[in-house]
Amino acid sequence: MTAEIWTGILVLITFGIYIYIGYWARVRDTKGFYVAGQGVPPFANGAATAADWMSAASFISMAGLISGLGFDGSIYLLGWTGGYVLLTLLLAPYLRKFGKYTVPDFVGDRYYSQTARAVAAVSAIFISLTYVVGQMRGVGVVFSRFLGLEIVWGVVIGMVIVAFFAVLGGMKGITWTQVIQYFVLITAFLIPAVAISLQLTGNPVPQFGLAFSNIVADLDYIHEQILGEKPYTEAFRTRPMIDVVFITLALMAGTAGLPHVIVRFYTVPNVRGARYSGAWALFFIALLYLTAPAVAVFARYNLIATLHDQPLDQVRELGWVRSWEATGLLSFDDKDGDGFVRMDEGEITINNDIIVLATPEVAQLPPFVIGLVAAGGLAASLSTASGLLLVISSSVAHDIYYRLINPQADEQRQLLVGRIVIFFAVVVAGYFGVNPPGFVAEIVAFAFGLAASVFFPIILLGIFDKRTNSQGAIAGMLVGLIFTAGMILMMRSTLLLGTEEPIINDFFGISAQGIGVVGMILNFVVAFTVSHLTPPPPAHIQELVENVRNPFGSGAASSH
Amino acid sequence: MSKNPQWKGSGSSSGSGSGRGKLSADEAAAYWKSNVTIIGILLALWFIFSFVTSYFLAGPLSGIMFGGGGSPEFGGSDGVARGVPLSFWMAQQGGIFAFIIIIVTYAKLMDNLDKKYGLND
Repeated sequence: MTAEIWTGILVLITFGIYIYIGYWARVRDTKGFYVAGQGVPPFANGAATAADWMSAASFISMAGLISGLGFDGSIYLLGWTGGYVLLTLLLAPYLRKFGKYTVPDFVGDRYYSQTARAVAAVSAIFISLTYVVGQMRGVGVVFSRFLGLEIVWGVVIGMVIVAFFAVLGGMKGITWTQVIQYFVLITAFLIPAVAISLQLTGNPVPQFGLAFSNIVADLDYIHEQILGEKPYTEAFRTRPMIDVVFITLALMAGTAGLPHVIVRFYTVPNVRGARYSGAWALFFIALLYLTAPAVAVFARYNLIATLHDQPLDQVRELGWVRSWEATGLLSFDDKDGDGFVRMDEGEITINNDIIVLATPEVAQLPPFVIGLVAAGGLAASLSTASGLLLVISSSVAHDIYYRLINPQADEQRQLLVGRIVIFFAVVVAGYFGVNPPGFVAEIVAFAFGLAASVFFPIILLGIFDKRTNSQGAIAGMLVGLIFTAGMILMMRSTLLLGTEEPIINDFFGISAQGIGVVGMILNFVVAFTVSHLTPPPPAHIQELVENVRNPFGSGAASSH
Repeated sequence: MSKNPQWKGSGSSSGSGSGRGKLSADEAAAYWKSNVTIIGILLALWFIFSFVTSYFLAGPLSGIMFGGGGSPEFGGSDGVARGVPLSFWMAQQGGIFAFIIIIVTYAKLMDNLDKKYGLND
């Protein structure tokens, strides 16, 4: 059977499972809809969090990105895993004890302010909408690359599937499909990684293959002696140390402040469950994040060894070279016309996405595996999209409609509004997935920057500093938001505002990706200072903080 | 806003109830202090494995090689094991292993602390 038939079969099977789970997990109350009834075991929540978190970008693009960055790829590896340490130690257990449905719930209640609630809800919607567009696009791209479908139809199929289990099952449906999606995507990622590791290093465990073979040393040798570049393992080759540090920190704090990740910790039965699901989540994520840097080295070594300084005619006889050249992700330009293609002369152009997508073919794995990689890419996109759509739904239906506009709405009405909003959110995300605004990739910096500069500081202060009051929190959030958004707008002004040159290039050496850290520090300083210059929060708020700090009794309200 | 906030009156008896749940003001302060100490120590480790071993010490650690050996043979390979710079390994592998150990340690230490104060439910 061909790869296309295998892809079709595997996609049909996995989608069938997702639909079945959506039907099985259908819910009747808001608690089921928003927090899966708070009955998800820590192990399952860890897997769901991992799938929720790892997007199309993590699955398809990250290994390729690292492959291009070398050592500096650690900004993603450390940033996107170290964030779970912050989240688990500083936020998750306390938010679980608080026990309500959303991040704006905590912000609004802790700071006894509808203004704070509204700022939080609007930020959550903006962050999630930014993110979800790329996921729907990812679904369309996988369908078009593996099955030759038009991107529009790929997106529509993705929309129908997500709409089905999210509208019917809410968080409960999303949780259990994410658990399955995690195992689909990790299997799809690991099989080709093991195969290529075995082929190049003789060791089936990619992490061992990386450490206990000469492949890293050889790649450094190729970089220096053959390509005339700095070694692959040399630190700060692509950007200065200060920028690497700030980007890593921004991705960590951003991860800890992303609403769709935080809400996953509301779904476990108690505080202890929140701590352990943080551990499980990082373990499941690390399976991919510890493998990706090995794949990055193997694939880079292999591509250079296979393509560099070879006769063009001979290279084109390779099956995978032909098929990926046809997609435009791999291209050759024999500039000096000597019949040989050389990397150091810029005669070979490799798109980062190839590193993961083409590995099964390069490693000559059976067509079945290629189908599995397609199903894995779809699982990664759909699981992240569904988590984000739920945040959009809960922010509009719960935080804005129920808490701000119509507090008298009964359970049935809230649930109905939640379902309607999630349906419309799917349609909006699908529309932008088909017609992406040109600057999608650029505004992803916004999502992390805003999560780091708006949410992380005020949630942290809300738990660890009783003295922080509503005036401080609102001032801190606004300063963090305005500074970060303003800086990113100016640094990315060529795309966002249409200027000829960026208005500013960097802020003391820190680029747009890392600027959220500065916004975060400003938020902390402003929130703390303003709070101490204004009256302390009322007694019942101090009592709320005391209660959130005591893990006992969080399980009392759970029902399954 | 019509319903009672959930944080009021939680700690009711319907949990599995192995702990007492209620703390005096002194006990609550002592519990919180231990909690903050645990978090502080573990976050110091998090900082070291995020930034010190991977970035600040990248220069010195790049001279320390470990592992290596065997295949493959390309370019400069001469059968001698040359290994991986420790800085690179810490930044792309070691740091992540450390993060996992930190979180698991945190969950275990908090289990003990909760038990000590009878807050495990």
